[in-house]
Amino acid sequence: MHSALLKKLIIACLAMFAFAFALVPLYDVFCQVTGLNGKPSLEVAKASSRVDENRLVDVSFTTHAQQGAPFDVSAEQFKVTVKPGEVTKVAFSAANLSQQARVMQAIPSVSPGIASKYLHKMACFCFNQQPMKAGEKQDFELMFYVDTALPSEIEELTLSYTLFDITEQSQQVALEASQDEPTSMETSDE
Amino acid sequence: MSSIVNPHDHGHDDHHGAPSGFKRWLFTTNHKDIGSLYLIFALAMFIIGGAMAMVIRAELFQPGLQLVDPHFFNQMTTVHGLIMVFGAVMPAFTGLANWMIPMMIGAPDMALPRMNNWSFWILPFAFAMLLFSLFMEGGGPAFGWTFYAPLSTTYSNDNTALFVFAVHIMGISSIMGAINVVVTIVNLRAPGMTWMKLPLFVWTWLITAFLLIAVMPVLAGAVTMVLTDKYFGTSFFDAAGGGDPVMFQHIFWFFGHPEVYIMILPAFGVISTIVPTFSHKKLFGYASMVYATASIALLSFVVWAHHMFTTGMPLAGELFFMYATMLISVPTGVKVFNWVATMWRGAISFEVPMLFSIAFIVLFTLGGFSGLMLAITPADFQYHDTYFVVAHFHYVLVTGAVFSIMAAAYYWLPKWTGHMFNETLAKWHFWLSLISVNVLFFPMHFVGLAGMPRRIPDYALQFADFNAIISIGGFAFGLSQLLFVYVVYRCVKGGDAAPAKVWDGAEGLEWEVPSPAPYHTFSTPPEIK
Repeated sequence: MHSALLKKLIIACLAMFAFAFALVPLYDVFCQVTGLNGKPSLEVAKASSRVDENRLVDVSFTTHAQQGAPFDVSAEQFKVTVKPGEVTKVAFSAANLSQQARVMQAIPSVSPGIASKYLHKMACFCFNQQPMKAGEKQDFELMFYVDTALPSEIEELTLSYTLFDITEQSQQVALEASQDEPTSMETSDE
Repeated sequence: MSSIVNPHDHGHDDHHGAPSGFKRWLFTTNHKDIGSLYLIFALAMFIIGGAMAMVIRAELFQPGLQLVDPHFFNQMTTVHGLIMVFGAVMPAFTGLANWMIPMMIGAPDMALPRMNNWSFWILPFAFAMLLFSLFMEGGGPAFGWTFYAPLSTTYSNDNTALFVFAVHIMGISSIMGAINVVVTIVNLRAPGMTWMKLPLFVWTWLITAFLLIAVMPVLAGAVTMVLTDKYFGTSFFDAAGGGDPVMFQHIFWFFGHPEVYIMILPAFGVISTIVPTFSHKKLFGYASMVYATASIALLSFVVWAHHMFTTGMPLAGELFFMYATMLISVPTGVKVFNWVATMWRGAISFEVPMLFSIAFIVLFTLGGFSGLMLAITPADFQYHDTYFVVAHFHYVLVTGAVFSIMAAAYYWLPKWTGHMFNETLAKWHFWLSLISVNVLFFPMHFVGLAGMPRRIPDYALQFADFNAIISIGGFAFGLSQLLFVYVVYRCVKGGDAAPAKVWDGAEGLEWEVPSPAPYHTFSTPPEIK
């Protein structure tokens, strides 16, 4: 006499367990739709069709390395003033501070968060993993423009990069891809 | 229903070839045995978790680092929280549910007795795993009971897997306990026991069980994500791989906020049972109590981000979560009003369960008010992660949940053991606890408002005097609980025989069976008028 109710309750439990994982894509979709969270898109943007000549927006750049990541990246100019729709190039100089080959991944974030969907990147070193040899110095270029639809109350925005050391993860991926025999369990232990 | 009124059970109510000694407890499917096991386990965990709190207060007695190193201090704050939440308060309420719900609704036992056995007996393994991780190389979990990523993923040690599996087992145990409570209440009520005749303790537990079923799987999901992030290279919470550490907090608090109501709704049920007994009046506003409990449970799902006001949420989000949180004080206010209205012009007698209940009403309300202060978004930026928060949640959990468990224990102890407890010692326990708990937690409001951060083993010199007072209160409160253990022990061993109806104002089916309650009760369902 209990089994019908028991079945429903167990299904409810399993559904809630699945819901916890469903929260992950839901969260991303919610942030994308509302433009919250300052997470800019990592897709290559197309050039803007028009330029707003009557408006100026300040864009500043900051970078910081995640604890332990041996990288130093800085923009040549701390701040540029741009017209919405106008494509701007900014040079970044990057260095691997360690004595080993490392792989860097830069994750962008825009403040104020609501402005993140109005900042379009046509070229960015954050689109790819950046392998760097020991002590190597590299120059990167960022090509971006600010959307003409940027709300008028936003007069300045900041593009911040967090630098992560993903050497281990990318080695794992490379190893797993290179091996047909899935012995990846052993490599992931390292 | 034929299995319930099995004539074979009559006549030899005590033993039918049941194993004795340890095996009796290991194999038992009797709700009273399992209820006792839960309660004894919860008491043991309360003492262990309390000992950890003593370590914390000893270290904070003076500024500077004296007794333990900061890493061990972090393990103490983490494991103290985990043990008190999952090891003491939740099993204590499950124990009360096991003992009392079948007797209150006139059922012969819980609906799923074997699952009941299993849901208890996996618990000791979970806590053994958690506690032994403290002795392993690198130590136990040290990232706070909330295990925020990346503290629990990037910056934790390899023993985190033990923490994850311990939480998985605790979750499975709670879910099985909750399923059992729901099935018992829905299917095994005595004939005539309609929904609106259910004792309030049963109602609050039914709603709590639904909360458990809804959110414990989400906690299991969160710890699973931590596990795969840490050991299997996923990036749920790692920005480098496209994840988001703030998302951890959303998932965790989606579990975490209903969880705090899981720990307080059964307390509301206990207080709603005890206050009418000793006021010698019917409970004021029974129906509104039921609806208030249900509203609190529903609202608890839409307030989680009030734990995250400082994470950089947009203004609209902060306002929504602020107002939604404040809305919860309406049904909670209804409950407090009803308790006070029940006592109003009642012939109150101040036995020990009533003393704890009155202390609960006053001090829980105080904790509720500091919660309202924390709900104010702009003010929360000052209070966030200070001792003010510690003061708030200890007022609602210690003088709230724990005091209600003490009240329940004193209220039903004569029914469980058949003996009256030593009332003089019990009163000493109450007054010592009441005074010391306020010496312990009240000054925390002030050091918190003055800016002392939580979870740090050292503090600025200006907080030294208050912290010394807090620690003295802490030691006094901790020692007073040993008196509770002694009173319970003495009561189990002997004492004046208790009548069937222990308290003359008490109502309910549990008072119609003799004291101590026989091993099998209501094998024939009672008739409810």
